[in-house]
Amino acid sequence: MTYQGWLLIAAFVCLLLALVRPMGLWLFALYEGRRTPLHAVLGPVESGFYRLSGIDPQEDQSWRRYAVHMLIFNAVLLLLTYLVLRMQALLPLNPRGLPAVGEHLAFNTAVSFTTNTNWQSYAGESTMSNLSQMLGLTLHNFLSAATGIALAFALFRGFARRSAAGIGNFWADMTRVTLYLLLPLCAVLALFYIASGVPQTLAGSVDITTLEGVKQTLALGPVASQEAIKMLGTNGGGFFNANSAHPFENPSALTNLVQMLSIFAIGAGLTHAFGKAVGDARQGWAILAAMMALFLAGTAVTYWQEAAGNPVLHHLGLGGGNMEGKEVRFGIAASALFSVVTTAASCGAVNAMHDSFTALGGLVPLFNIQLGEVVVGGVGAGIYGFLLFAILAVFVAGLMVGRTPEYVGKKIESREVKLAVLAIAVLPLVILGFTALASVLPAGLAGPLNKGPHGFSEILYAFTSAVGNNGSAFAGLTANTPFYDGMLGIAMWIGRFFIIIPMLAVAGSLAARRHTPPTAGSFPTTGPLWTGLLIGIVLIVGGLTFLPGLALGPVADHLAMIRGQLF
Amino acid sequence: MNRDILSSLRPALVMTVLFALLLGLAYPLAITGLGQFLFPAQAGGSLIAERGRIVGSSVVGQAFVTERYFHTRPSAAGKGYDGLASSGSNLGPASRVLAERVGGDIHALQTAAPGRPVPSDLVTTSASGLDPDISPEAAFYQVDRVARVRNLDRAAVEALVEQSVERPILGFLGEPRVNVLMLNRRLDAIGRKPVP
Repeated sequence: MTYQGWLLIAAFVCLLLALVRPMGLWLFALYEGRRTPLHAVLGPVESGFYRLSGIDPQEDQSWRRYAVHMLIFNAVLLLLTYLVLRMQALLPLNPRGLPAVGEHLAFNTAVSFTTNTNWQSYAGESTMSNLSQMLGLTLHNFLSAATGIALAFALFRGFARRSAAGIGNFWADMTRVTLYLLLPLCAVLALFYIASGVPQTLAGSVDITTLEGVKQTLALGPVASQEAIKMLGTNGGGFFNANSAHPFENPSALTNLVQMLSIFAIGAGLTHAFGKAVGDARQGWAILAAMMALFLAGTAVTYWQEAAGNPVLHHLGLGGGNMEGKEVRFGIAASALFSVVTTAASCGAVNAMHDSFTALGGLVPLFNIQLGEVVVGGVGAGIYGFLLFAILAVFVAGLMVGRTPEYVGKKIESREVKLAVLAIAVLPLVILGFTALASVLPAGLAGPLNKGPHGFSEILYAFTSAVGNNGSAFAGLTANTPFYDGMLGIAMWIGRFFIIIPMLAVAGSLAARRHTPPTAGSFPTTGPLWTGLLIGIVLIVGGLTFLPGLALGPVADHLAMIRGQLF
Repeated sequence: MNRDILSSLRPALVMTVLFALLLGLAYPLAITGLGQFLFPAQAGGSLIAERGRIVGSSVVGQAFVTERYFHTRPSAAGKGYDGLASSGSNLGPASRVLAERVGGDIHALQTAAPGRPVPSDLVTTSASGLDPDISPEAAFYQVDRVARVRNLDRAAVEALVEQSVERPILGFLGEPRVNVLMLNRRLDAIGRKPVP
């Protein structure tokens, strides 16, 4: 580890903290439906969209209606992408004449991008035409992110409203977030990326004759426009197979820093927006403090392990940190930091190959996802996931002191606790269940590239990533098979919507409840005690179930690595 | 429930079409137009033309395997630096394949230049398989060979590497590195000089 490395991590955290308030206030304005300066330009687009689709943005939807409209919209989007991918060969903007995407791969990809997972069983540059990248995938990058933020707004209203029947309007939330936040920011970011060396062209590829006289063909395309929303929307699906490690997606240390900040910006801002929504900004900061503590602990472990390097290679006479699967321009520190950021949020973009990390360096990204990606988390999904843990935390605190639990002015009753547990239980159930299945079936065992415990880690990581809607991978796994495409597709769908629906039910029942002003006996939910309790609940409830699985994978791998036992 | 579903159909279908037009077509096409206008070189892939032919992209790495050039890192992209198949090796830390590959590469380097520690980036594959850079140590490590094969003054080649080292922004943002294509182009430009 070097002091420059720690300086990078410190600079990243400072810049992020500086972004929290402005981003939070902007999100809060959108949450409230206030007029922004951008309305002058984009206001007519918004009202035009409502008029054409017969939407009344003032209509206050019950949680059921909110959920149904969100689901049907996502189903239609899923179908559109499936069709675009299947008909790729017949559609324009396919300069390299790529054939149609196969059935199970198109299914997997459509689910993947609809659920904000962006797991990729394919290599972008050899599979997707420019039109598929734009119309099939970039579109989802925006709308799955906007859906996530809209859902977070709905839960905020559950806490903030008093004796209310509805939790807002899905269409208005989703449209406003897209038009007044994602689209303008992405336009600026995309131009910055182009200026930094990210291509943006409708050409498919370019032929090069290298200095040694060999032909090299470089894939090109509209990369920058997708890169911008890929990071900002915590989508993470790369234009190219190597994702943000590819020099065309992430050409410099500066673009790398901007990409890491993009991943966290909205998720961190939402904690502040939550504080504003419930009328007490400290509530937001308390949540962010718990998130940051978990984040820094993970970063420290991964950076330490990657900088310490691989004993197997040390034994061969190769000194220094672990550079297998890392880019020189990022080095150890920026690769370790990126891996923790992308898995703490539900982004899943990678600038280094997690599969080639040291065993414990790779355990942290895996564990981050298993905690439910609540450390800042995906846009929207992070904060609503974390609030479910907060409900459990006040419940546990209530049990300890023998009082009815309350959180930000709402009594938490058995219905909310049951729903929160239901949502949180989805993760271990599906991750461990599907991993177990894949670890015994021949079709599952055909997947891993590496042998021994690391092969098991590849399977565990895949289902963890899918259910957590992350999308990063221990990419040695051959996933484009009917078995994995199908199983992972189902896992992604469950991981997204089986959490969202109980969460919206919580929002609905809380919105209907009266306000309970805090009394001297209320458990305070702002101080260090609360932050500590939150961290404990996330680790114990979210993490404990995964320890046996981690012991079989990364821990066994670590022991083999330090003993020099090869597989 | 049924009323909720019925009422969602028109907004879901129409909004899908409208957003597809806006985000799936208008946004990327507008950015393409703007990018091509404002930053035409970068938008096209930062290509480098020399004597009327494209020799590479300043952003993306290419294979250098002959003795007279500085070498790039080993690559897992296709058969090496395949611009249509970016990829890392994805080998785990306790992989026998990895240990054998790295061991073999170290052995080859140490046979050619005994007694010097091998820089780790020179025997590990990058994440993309298209890494344009090597560490300054990896560049200096190759100076002897390049100078010998090209019959150049060793100090001149070393100075060339020195000039080619890119330093981190503000001292911490990024790693010290050498873009191999740029270094090799400079190398070609100085031509042959008599060795004293």
